[in-house]
Amino acid sequence: MNATRRGILTAVPIIGAGVLGVGFWRMLSDMRSGAFDPRAIKNPNVGKPIPSFAMPGLPGLGDGFTDAELKAQHRPVLVNFFASWCIPCVAEMPGLRAISRNMPIWGIAYEDKPENAAGFVQRDGSPYARVASDRHGRVAIDWGVTGVPESFLVAPGGRIIWHGSAALDPQIYEAEIRPRLAGL
Amino acid sequence: MFGPEQGHFALALACVLALVQFAVPLWGASRRDARLVGLAPYLAVSQLIALGYSFLCLIMCAVGDDFSVQNVAANSAVSKPLLYKITGVWGNHEGSVLLWTLILAACGGAVSLFGRNLPDILRGRVLAILGGVSAGFQMFCLLTSDPFERVFPAPMDGQGMNPLLQDPGLAFHPPILYTGYVGFAVPFAFAVAALIEGRVDAAWGRWVRPWAVAAWCFLTCGIALGSWWSYYVLGWGGYWFWDPVENASLIPWLTGTALVHSAIVVEKREGLKIWTVLLAIATFSFSLSGTFLVRSGILNSVHAFANDPARGVFILALLAIVIGGSLALFAWRAPSLTSTGLFSPISREGSLVLNNILLCSICAVVVTGTMYPPFMQLLAGRTISVGKPFFDAATIPLTLPLLLAMGVGTALPWKRAQLARTFSHLYAAAGIAAIGVVLCFWRLSGIMPIACGALAIWVIAASASDVLRRIGIGHTSPRGVWERMKNLPRSSWGAALAHIGAGITVLGLCGMSQAQHAIVEIHIGETRSLGGDAWTLLDVHDYIGPNYKAMQADLAIRHNGKLVTILHPEKRDFTTQSQTTTEVAIHTNFITDLYGVIGDRHGTGKDTTYVLRLHRNPLAPWMWLGGLVMAIGGAFSLSDRRMRIGAPKRAAARNMARA
Repeated sequence: MNATRRGILTAVPIIGAGVLGVGFWRMLSDMRSGAFDPRAIKNPNVGKPIPSFAMPGLPGLGDGFTDAELKAQHRPVLVNFFASWCIPCVAEMPGLRAISRNMPIWGIAYEDKPENAAGFVQRDGSPYARVASDRHGRVAIDWGVTGVPESFLVAPGGRIIWHGSAALDPQIYEAEIRPRLAGL
Repeated sequence: MFGPEQGHFALALACVLALVQFAVPLWGASRRDARLVGLAPYLAVSQLIALGYSFLCLIMCAVGDDFSVQNVAANSAVSKPLLYKITGVWGNHEGSVLLWTLILAACGGAVSLFGRNLPDILRGRVLAILGGVSAGFQMFCLLTSDPFERVFPAPMDGQGMNPLLQDPGLAFHPPILYTGYVGFAVPFAFAVAALIEGRVDAAWGRWVRPWAVAAWCFLTCGIALGSWWSYYVLGWGGYWFWDPVENASLIPWLTGTALVHSAIVVEKREGLKIWTVLLAIATFSFSLSGTFLVRSGILNSVHAFANDPARGVFILALLAIVIGGSLALFAWRAPSLTSTGLFSPISREGSLVLNNILLCSICAVVVTGTMYPPFMQLLAGRTISVGKPFFDAATIPLTLPLLLAMGVGTALPWKRAQLARTFSHLYAAAGIAAIGVVLCFWRLSGIMPIACGALAIWVIAASASDVLRRIGIGHTSPRGVWERMKNLPRSSWGAALAHIGAGITVLGLCGMSQAQHAIVEIHIGETRSLGGDAWTLLDVHDYIGPNYKAMQADLAIRHNGKLVTILHPEKRDFTTQSQTTTEVAIHTNFITDLYGVIGDRHGTGKDTTYVLRLHRNPLAPWMWLGGLVMAIGGAFSLSDRRMRIGAPKRAAARNMARA
């Protein structure tokens, strides 16, 4: 009895420390390869159809769009939430313009005054094929957006197949988005 | 003389000395060669001198604005005040690792100087283990986070420091906290040395306990200071967020508290030996892991160090050697340590066992809650967060019996207690606690705060009544009381103080559970009421500070029409770093904190409104006051004659002289 107790007392710490150690090692090696990111935000809507919405456009940038129009597309669309007050969004613009040469990007101005958002989009040339205004952030809540910029890859038919919570650039496009386009 | 190259060289020299300090005494001890073992203290002190010199060099680089040093260029600036140039040295990853190893070396120096009465072989082995850990961290410093790295060409000015860190509270928080973390290296070294030797006895318990108590005092202060800092600097109104970095300091505190108590049982009853050795290893292992986790970027925390997985791999390897090695040694040698004596459940030692079980259960809860999110993400790919509801629900039910036992424990005698007799000592305390229950029902809402509050009053009353009974209040003459007061061991005073401190902290936590707050958007001249007080925004004005622009509000608080205070919360814009900080304004009467924060300005002209956050925090200062009282209690028991290592020998010398 006493021997068993001692066996447990000596074995449990070693096993516990070993499990934690192996786990930490896996996390670190996955962090280096990019497979594990403790700061990533997982969106529960990935793999699901887009929520329904109808949004007005921005002044001088055409009409807004609805979920029906997005579902009716025959090509995958990258949906990008942005705001004129968001610094990473400013930094993201050149990357978005580069990506827009390969695929259509639809922008949604999140909690932004329409005239500010319109000015922001037009400042150095718009990367967006279409832009809509989510003035009070209601649509963003349905999409599960936690902040801006966030982007979603929407397959034809309206299913969300990828979500990114960082400012996009061509590297992310090549690594994360383009491989997914091949299967569509 | 104090340039970066000299500092770099001194660091390398210290690392070599630490390696020698690791190897030579261990080799000497196994050969029973007294001369080799006797080298250990000299090596430890030389290592401390070399490292101290290296640290001084880094400070001189920062003070002298040597921006050719990468670390100074990235964290300092010409315009920074001198105090923050110095304290900024440890406000970043590289400098803090250097400080960490310096404190470790200082622990080795302290063992060399104050441990003269230890058996030579034991002291040699303890210093060897400390040297080994030191060498590992100095290599980490040299190979992956060199604080003396140069940049070419050197920039004209540095990038400055995060303005949030420009605060005297935070400037001295890391050294205190690190002393707590690193201080547990000494009990760890004692545990490993005892395992190598294969012997743990009452004397070992007496030697190890002061080091554990000293480290515990610093860790307690460090945690309290960190919590206070987040309360008055971050301006969120909270004091503890169950953030992984906070948990990383709480976990070793819990096992360290258990260690401080279980070592008493080793000393007095020669029991719990294996368990105490394991606790000593576990506490330092948790301290190390905490450091590692914070710096590897695995945990998602608000307190971010520059994360670098490559560094993480190095520390993980170091941890595997230190923790894995000591646990393997433990598994191999622990069964040879024999325990003597059987425990009666109703006795002092029985209550200390209960204390250990409960503290370690709380620790297991905190470890689980902290490690669950990253492991869930690794294994199941799901992002989840574990927060306050889990920790509250899981730790409070464990804290209640802990508080109950704390009151009874010190009243119980060793070996075998008679319940009836013990309880007869506790009638008065139980009476006060009963009044406390009524008081809690009146002032607090929610079953858990009421239970915790009543038990906290119980702990304070029982600890105080225990001391009063021992000094004979009520049944001895005043002169006799004075005599007994002088003769009561300081460790008994210390224990009572520490327990009272814990009670005060718990009362503070209960009070804070009743905190009220409101976020209001008001015009100048408007009034809002919160918790019976009327808060009026009198005026808002702008001014320009040394390196920031500020917006300051005058916020008057009236209670029943009588002016209580005028708070001046500020919002500062640091232009060079493009960062904003909030300066919280707090008015305290030690019963309630009135806490005001100013947010954004909306609109212009007559329509200008200001967002204000108003908090009414009952008993908030008690949380940190209790922590301070706990640490003072620990320090008091450190001053006990019996705790001082040389006591038996010195007493013997005195007796000799007398004879």
